[in-house]
Amino acid sequence: MKTAVVVFPGSNCDRDVAVALREVTGTAPTMVWHGDSDLPGDIGLIALPGGFSYGDYLRCGAIAARSPIVAAVKAAAERGVPVLGICNGFQILTEIGLLPGALIRNQGLDFVCRDVALTVANDRSAFTSGYTAGDAVRFPVAHHDGNYVADEAVLDRLEGEGRVAFRYAEAVNGSARDIAGIVDERGTVLGLMPHPERRIEAAHGGNDGRRLFEGLLAAVS
Amino acid sequence: MKIRIIVTLKPGVLDPQGKAIQHALGSLGFAGVADVRAGKLFEIDVADDTDDAAIDAMCRQLLANTVIENYRIERA
Repeated sequence: MKTAVVVFPGSNCDRDVAVALREVTGTAPTMVWHGDSDLPGDIGLIALPGGFSYGDYLRCGAIAARSPIVAAVKAAAERGVPVLGICNGFQILTEIGLLPGALIRNQGLDFVCRDVALTVANDRSAFTSGYTAGDAVRFPVAHHDGNYVADEAVLDRLEGEGRVAFRYAEAVNGSARDIAGIVDERGTVLGLMPHPERRIEAAHGGNDGRRLFEGLLAAVS
Repeated sequence: MKIRIIVTLKPGVLDPQGKAIQHALGSLGFAGVADVRAGKLFEIDVADDTDDAAIDAMCRQLLANTVIENYRIERA
């Protein structure tokens, strides 16, 4: 499967996600600069990596979401190409409007950088097909603005439609209903704050994250 | 023409910075500070013929995230 990683000024997990994609798909992803306007043809997955695009100036993800490449990302998402946004990538996806809600400053104001316990809330999306709903996993988090907010009607809809993919199993950042990751209506766009790409081999302290990439590959191949 | 755009979190959206500032004011001995909301101020110098619609579009497209923020435009 051909994959692409979009690189923004300030992305710092672009290489981590590239390694994860190469390990699982057997092919190195194309690294696409944010100022480009085209993605490679017949792309099977687009990843928006973690980091601090534009130094989180204005709002986290806001300036990246207005980059030239975003029109191509939106068009691909509308064609059903899976889009994975991790951490800053999740923030960018909400700013683009591909996912609802917003991510604001952590409730405790602290930058949270540690492993956290999560529960797989729904295993029916391509991104979570490598898990079983209810599975307990641990992924690292490293964010200052991971507090997910949306109005009650949106939260009810996300839950009713099974679009909450991952939930925090412990207090991390104050997110509404402990939401750590959500998918769009079709289940082909995932945004999550924790970093599965930093947990793909034993040297990382576990490989809980690898199953996300393997499940995704199996689901879309 | 100078304009000011004030962006604030919508009522009901948790403002951890505001809460921390409120707490600090209390620690300094200022009694009766019931709430603090932190916001952002943009001072923008635009061409005199810039119309209201363009300024409003700047706010909606970039300066404010209308999911969580309100904005107010003031002309100097």
